[in-house]
Amino acid sequence: MILSLPLRWCADGERLPGRLLLVAAAALALFLVLPLLALLIGSVRDDEGAFSLLRFAEFAATPGMATAAWNTLWVAALVTALTVPLAFLYAYAIQRACLPLRGLWRLIGLSALLGPSLVGAIAFIQWFGTQGVLKAWLGGASVYGPVGIVMATVYAAFPHALMILVVALATADGRLYEAADALGASRWRRFRTVTLPAAKYGLISAALVVFAYSVSEFGIPKVIGGNFPVLAVEVYVQVVGQHNFGRGAIVALLLLLPVLFAFAIDTWVQRRQQASLTARAVPYQPRPDRRRDLPLLLYCLLLATAMLGVLGMAMYTSLVRFWPYNLELTLDHYIYGLAEAGVLAAWQNSLKIAALTALIGTPLVFFTAWLLERTPARPAALATAVRAMAALPMGVPGLVLGIGYILFFNSPDNPLNGLYHTLTIMVVATVVHFYTPCHLTAVTALKSLDREFEAVSASLKVSRFVTLWRVTLPVCLPAVLEIARYLFINAMTTVSALVFLYSSETLPAAVAILNLDEAGELGPAAAMATLIVLTSALISLVYSLLTHLLLRRHQAWRNFQR
Amino acid sequence: MAEALFDQVGSEEVIPAPAARRLAGGFTVDRELPMAHLEITQLSKRYGAFVALDGIELAVDEGEFLVLLGPSGCGKTTLLRAIAGLDRQDEGRIVHAGRDISRLPPGQRDYGIVFQSYALFPNLSVADNVAYGLQHGRSDRRLIRQRVEEMLELVGLPGTQAKYPAQLSGGQQQRIALARALATAPDLLLLDEPLSALDAIERVRLRGEIRALQTRLGVTTIMVTHDQEEALAMADRIVVMQRGRIQQIGAPRDIYRQPGNDFVADFIGRGNLLVAERVGPHHARSGDLLLRTGAELPAASTARFYVRPEDIRLHDTLDQGENTFYGHVLKCEFLGPYSLVTLRAPTADGRPLVAQFSSNYLCGREIRPGALLRLGIPAEHLQALPEAA
Repeated sequence: MILSLPLRWCADGERLPGRLLLVAAAALALFLVLPLLALLIGSVRDDEGAFSLLRFAEFAATPGMATAAWNTLWVAALVTALTVPLAFLYAYAIQRACLPLRGLWRLIGLSALLGPSLVGAIAFIQWFGTQGVLKAWLGGASVYGPVGIVMATVYAAFPHALMILVVALATADGRLYEAADALGASRWRRFRTVTLPAAKYGLISAALVVFAYSVSEFGIPKVIGGNFPVLAVEVYVQVVGQHNFGRGAIVALLLLLPVLFAFAIDTWVQRRQQASLTARAVPYQPRPDRRRDLPLLLYCLLLATAMLGVLGMAMYTSLVRFWPYNLELTLDHYIYGLAEAGVLAAWQNSLKIAALTALIGTPLVFFTAWLLERTPARPAALATAVRAMAALPMGVPGLVLGIGYILFFNSPDNPLNGLYHTLTIMVVATVVHFYTPCHLTAVTALKSLDREFEAVSASLKVSRFVTLWRVTLPVCLPAVLEIARYLFINAMTTVSALVFLYSSETLPAAVAILNLDEAGELGPAAAMATLIVLTSALISLVYSLLTHLLLRRHQAWRNFQR
Repeated sequence: MAEALFDQVGSEEVIPAPAARRLAGGFTVDRELPMAHLEITQLSKRYGAFVALDGIELAVDEGEFLVLLGPSGCGKTTLLRAIAGLDRQDEGRIVHAGRDISRLPPGQRDYGIVFQSYALFPNLSVADNVAYGLQHGRSDRRLIRQRVEEMLELVGLPGTQAKYPAQLSGGQQQRIALARALATAPDLLLLDEPLSALDAIERVRLRGEIRALQTRLGVTTIMVTHDQEEALAMADRIVVMQRGRIQQIGAPRDIYRQPGNDFVADFIGRGNLLVAERVGPHHARSGDLLLRTGAELPAASTARFYVRPEDIRLHDTLDQGENTFYGHVLKCEFLGPYSLVTLRAPTADGRPLVAQFSSNYLCGREIRPGALLRLGIPAEHLQALPEAA
């Protein structure tokens, strides 16, 4: 009578998660590792396909390459040195001061994420270029070149640093500040001994992300760089301009190294980071202080104005007839420059790519993270391999991935050759390119759940897949939506990997901007950029509404969380 | 299925399972080799170089409340998780109710489990949490509702169906977790430090409730804890573990009064180690103390005794009875119902003794440092420890 149990034993065998993880591993290997390997192999082969270091020798002998490499490095260093302090102070103002409209400052600070990196380049040309209103501010220096590259890259990289630093400064142990005050520490000493050490890892992370961003960004130098040679543009010229895949591969490898190096350091640093916040920490609550708040408010105001000025200028450019001679407002750039010229299809392509990337990427990333974190997927080596592959895309610049894809999928020996130039491969490349941040978001959400949910389900003879559906997914819903939004917006704005993969039918919007700019059509280029920004903004708005409604109506339990 | 589901926890009158089985007729009698309800043989598990379980042999009787006790890292949780099938052992066998479950996945074993963290599903109501294991396919909604009601009644939280876990206190959440684990009428209940996350008052209250519930249902229960008081208060039998091995198995009283080795003596309660020289079958000398012992001493030349603080008696200053001696008070800690007194006594190694005097025994008298007390250890409390391993 007591053995009323074997109601039904779990349908999921112990082996199923392992098998599914194997599928995920195979997919990541196929679409990430093999293309990168193709790149590596391509660089050590001569034209006949035999092993040789000829290409490296050739590359070293090419005049101007050393200059390009050096330029790439010092520009990235300068961009990092400017962006990180700017973003740190901005994040500090948001998190550690009593400012009015904190949400607004934060929103404006992240606004550059809504558009492709070219928005900044276009706007800076308009502000400081040959016909620029503020040309005099540069004191005779030309914006076309390192000056413009640095300005536009700082603008584009700023939100990436800000996101990291806002998180780093979000959590602080109020007790440490009380102790510092009780010991009579000065404001500066308190900042130096309490605030900075707590944000140390965030600062290192932000610096590495910005550095890697600058090294691998090529849209900006392409548009505003004039004749200033950098490696990223060199890759583009070699591959797209001259179809010299071999040399492109060499330069791409050269780009891959510093970026991989930066992320290896970051991973190492993060691993050393101990949880500085214990359960007993008391959250730090800033108190109003005019001497601190007023200067910081002015600072935010200044930076926000500048950022809106950049975004606004791009939009304004799309609406005036001919800058700066005819400032009549018109929709001509949209109607004739885009729609009539047949370029509007690019926007539709991007919408398709972005929607598919979000729809396919989100479940894929979340499910893989779930297999890793919440199932005893065997063997352990497989899980380690998948973790490593999930972390890798962060250290692979988009254009390196793009060239890897060309070399791998364009090869006539590859049975997947048919994928080349299709929308599918572009969606896959985008998912892979932005995989790591999404994976980390999913892992963080999954780790925050009670460790024993699956154990309880097993004891109650409920399949782990049922528990995934009934408990894990609903509880992680905010993270899932965040992943979808992140993938959509990045797919909408990215240039780097896709520029090597599109065909005339699958031209994406952000790449279209590049082509329009190359053709001297700055108005339509700005119009396209504006369309992208508006689309991203709309999606962000829908996302906010959706989370708000979903969480209110179907997740009443969250309101009781303490 | 429905009827089977409801027969363990019926209305008010519940026949304990072992009794019911005996009534059902000769279930265990006919066996040639009567097997325990849960039998663990030679269970071992390592994590790299760390030996988590080392040849565990354990038999649990039906309806028994067994407590696995030990410091952290002793293997008690690993053992529980091996029984649950959550961490697979490297070697050894687990037989539950005559069925070899050693290699079965958790879902094919028959147990309910409660964790320290409650592990309640935060997005599901209390009713859905309790019904989680009942909702298989097209089961009768009405019966499930009835069962949930019954279980909530059982754990003393009727009417909380619509609430969410976050609206309940820690103790209430743990009661819901218990209701969820028992709802499917499992044959075995596993409790992994179920009280450790609760505050002191709630812990004492809930431990009484769990024990009462277990006695009433007669469900075989294995609990893991590091809290010796909890173990002493709840267990039928305690299994003391250390470094992946079982140190001693026994009833709480036996474990406390007759610790099998130094580790058990040290881990359970406070105590004073007295080293003495054997001078006769019933006598031993330590420094100036000549002690008579209750049980006969083993033949070895030195004997070691473990004297509990409450076994040291306070005598009249002029009392010259056996096993009495003078002690200087070094320190006195007043702890409410009793005081802990640290004393210097003329033992061989001169190590201070700790004695515990209950407050009503002292009748409000104060013990000050420097005072001279006449103390005694009754012979029956001097039982030699086995040789140190």
